[in-house]
Amino acid sequence: MSEGSDAQPISLTVNGEPVTVLATPSETLLEVLRYRLGLTGSKQGCDKGDCGACTVLVDGRPVLGCLTLATLCDGAEVRTVEGLSTAAGLHRVQAAFVRHGAAQCGFCTPGMLMSAVRFLETREQARAPTREEVAAALSGNLCRCTGYAKILDAVIDAAAELGTRSVPGSNDAEGAR
Amino acid sequence: MSGSPSVLGGRHGRIDGAEQVTGAARFADDLSLPRMLHARIVRSPHAHARLVRIDSSKALSLPGVHAVITGRDLPTPYGIIPWTTDEHVFAVERARYVGDAVAAVAAIDEATAARAVAAIEVEYEVLPALLDPEEAARRTDVQIHASKRPGNLTKQVDLAFGDVDAAFAEAPLLLENDYAFHGTTHAAIEPHCALAQVDGDGLLTVWSATQVPHYLHRALASVLGLPARRIRVIQPPVGGGFGGKSEPFDLELASALLALRTGRPVKILYTREEVFLAHRGRHPTRIHARTAFDRDGHLVAHDADLLLDGGAYASFGLVTTYYAGQLTSLPYRLPAYRYRSRRVYTNKPACGPKRGHGAVQPRFAMEVQLDRAAVHLGIDPIELRRKNFIGENTRTVNELRVGSLGLLACLDAVERASGWKERRGRLPRGRGLGVAASAYISGTNYPIYPNEMPQSAVQLCADRSGRVRVFAGTSDIGQGSSTMLATIVAAELGVELADIRVVAADTDLTPVDLGAYSSRITLMAGHAAMDAAREVASMVRRAVAKKWEASPKDVSLAGGLAIDICDPSRTMPLADAFVLAESAFGTLGAVGSYNTPKEGIHGDYRGGTIGATPAFSATAHVAEVTVDEETGDVVVEKIWCAHDCGKALSPLLVEGQIEGSCYMGFGEALMEHHETDAAGRLVAPDLLDYRIPTSLDTPFIASTIVEAPDENGPYGAKEAGEGPLHSSIPAIANAVFDAVGVRIDELPITPEKVLAALDKQREEQHRR
Ligand code: FES
Ligand code: FES
Repeated sequence: MSEGSDAQPISLTVNGEPVTVLATPSETLLEVLRYRLGLTGSKQGCDKGDCGACTVLVDGRPVLGCLTLATLCDGAEVRTVEGLSTAAGLHRVQAAFVRHGAAQCGFCTPGMLMSAVRFLETREQARAPTREEVAAALSGNLCRCTGYAKILDAVIDAAAELGTRSVPGSNDAEGAR
Repeated sequence: MSGSPSVLGGRHGRIDGAEQVTGAARFADDLSLPRMLHARIVRSPHAHARLVRIDSSKALSLPGVHAVITGRDLPTPYGIIPWTTDEHVFAVERARYVGDAVAAVAAIDEATAARAVAAIEVEYEVLPALLDPEEAARRTDVQIHASKRPGNLTKQVDLAFGDVDAAFAEAPLLLENDYAFHGTTHAAIEPHCALAQVDGDGLLTVWSATQVPHYLHRALASVLGLPARRIRVIQPPVGGGFGGKSEPFDLELASALLALRTGRPVKILYTREEVFLAHRGRHPTRIHARTAFDRDGHLVAHDADLLLDGGAYASFGLVTTYYAGQLTSLPYRLPAYRYRSRRVYTNKPACGPKRGHGAVQPRFAMEVQLDRAAVHLGIDPIELRRKNFIGENTRTVNELRVGSLGLLACLDAVERASGWKERRGRLPRGRGLGVAASAYISGTNYPIYPNEMPQSAVQLCADRSGRVRVFAGTSDIGQGSSTMLATIVAAELGVELADIRVVAADTDLTPVDLGAYSSRITLMAGHAAMDAAREVASMVRRAVAKKWEASPKDVSLAGGLAIDICDPSRTMPLADAFVLAESAFGTLGAVGSYNTPKEGIHGDYRGGTIGATPAFSATAHVAEVTVDEETGDVVVEKIWCAHDCGKALSPLLVEGQIEGSCYMGFGEALMEHHETDAAGRLVAPDLLDYRIPTSLDTPFIASTIVEAPDENGPYGAKEAGEGPLHSSIPAIANAVFDAVGVRIDELPITPEKVLAALDKQREEQHRR
């Protein structure tokens, strides 16, 4: 992450804010977020695509920040855990995580939340999700503490709260821009 | 009486829940300091080699490289157990496993540090490596540690209680079997990370993802040769430990020395591969078990011979060697018991304490032995366990004192929840139910090094705003210790959880605590917090009583108010009550501390203190599995677990510990294997190949909390973080037998082993 001469400016919209930031050709999106932009919410658990702790949404799709070259994201819209809550409060799925005790150490939590948000926003809204569907949606995010039980409880609960009134892609709860 | 009963035992989440879900929680690698350097460690590519020469001149000449340190710079050995300090930060004369640290480089960024690591030239003379524990125990010509006993033993324990041979001679049923428990590792999602800084006054501060700031503080002082008062250790939120961060590691000591050398902050973040190399995971253990029963299924004697594969360093191994025998003596009455436990060094990553420390492997053997006995004798396996229950307020054959032990309630709960009575024996072939049970310590009766300090202490302070601060040395590694402390204080003082700040695990700010290991914090720090909070509550009540001209015992603190019990319409906001108390006493604070009871807890023999604890938890599991006889695949359909934690102060968090334990045991039983190849290299040093269960792999876990309060626990509370793991593994193995009639005594239970066992079963049936 040194600002070597090969660093190029790239433009991103991060949690709704336009930013221009330097990135070298080998620098990952995770490194740019964590070390250049100070958004340390997204975690590095393995740096090789195995754990999902670095999951962020790029143009609405979940990606592994540690495997995504930052320069390839030029012009993209990036959402991270820091963008989920607003001054008005927590996003519904964040609140459900707290209520259900879905975070123990909390290290997998930011990536887990981003996968959960993506799932909640794109799922078929007409019916409640099954436990299996939620488990499948989160299967790229490893958690070593919880056994996933309370995480699944929380996401199912958040889905029930979101109900059927929203349409896919626009049912962002408070603050999810 | 004061207290808000709704807080104790209420379904609240963690006090730092919002920090966690917003990404605001700052873990070690989330910290950075101006002018910070990044360091990387050079590691041996050989399992056993003599260091001939290290040349760091090329590395030092690279632009951006600030310092290189090697074994010569840190000659003082260390190790968590004071009697086995056999580690150096960097190999001094020999590297003892693939991954042993040899040198470290500090540079302006990670990439430069990585280039510098590649530029360091190390010449090795390769030595014969010992990878198999049996061989290591036999060989006297190769000594992994020169000064240790021949045969590469870290420790051998031989203990016998009661007349085992006489019992065996007369017993109508004697079962003799070999078991093998494989190596598994913690795999916390957060890699180890340390950041060190020396401030203008020369104070060294080390932030580390550690479970044991107190022991790290001591190791830093001794290895660096600095007075402890010039060192401060801070533990930020830790992203999971499970025993994998419970001793000092090379990165903490190396980052500290590099910070001292360069005058700049230095951070070291392990790669995932380094986490696998640092290891300290479950010892691979071979167990020869002989168990005798009477005709009714009562245990009459048990004899175990255990060989623990320790890897390159002692770690906690001295204690592990004892645990492998000491804790088999409950939760069943065992009239005669003998064990030999040996831990040998091998040229592999060091093993250490993983959740359930040393007792998980022999528990597997014992619970399968019981299952075999149940089949032989035609007794229901749950009934067999009930029959053998050791009871409460008793002693084990090896003289451990047992207080409360809610085992029967745990067995009842899983029997009921799983539909055991209605379903067992009626399931189609290929589907089965298995049961197992266990007991575990709530902290160790003695600290790791002899000292008279309390094991836990708390300072509490409340102020005129109505806020309360709890200062405690406790390490929250995800298990919720800070929430536990806040819950107790909230209950005693009647304040909201949200109005309590817990300042934890900072050696400059908090009183002593030995750390997050052996499931000790709830019982020990919980006691300290309860005592301190009761003292503060008493001060507040006295001050309010004076104002009201009432008796202090008639003042209750609850729901944010001081309340006159005799006239409940008379109340005062707690903030005002705190002002009265501050006015009366000058400051509003108190301390509490805890040390273990020393009388009548354990036997008076060498090793008798190990396994001694203020209180034992109890657990029972039922697992339901499906075995595919074509592919050998075992699917765990569901796990029922009931755990006696004495009193659940925060039931949501206790359930989380039960679920996490069941999950971890499930992964060990079927999926995970920390193993090396013929050259001593890890086969699966990443989270793809070392298969920890995903959300799709993990079965549904139904947890039940059982409460058998213990007089030694605060409000009766005992541990919940490790106990629920032990019996999860044998429950699955026993369910596989129930499904298809084969025993897999060598873990993990893989499709290959199941198919081989089924083939053998068919052959035998054919022959008959
Ligand atoms: S850090 Fe990106 S997947 Fe693990
Ligand atoms: S809460 Fe610790 S890894 Fe998920």
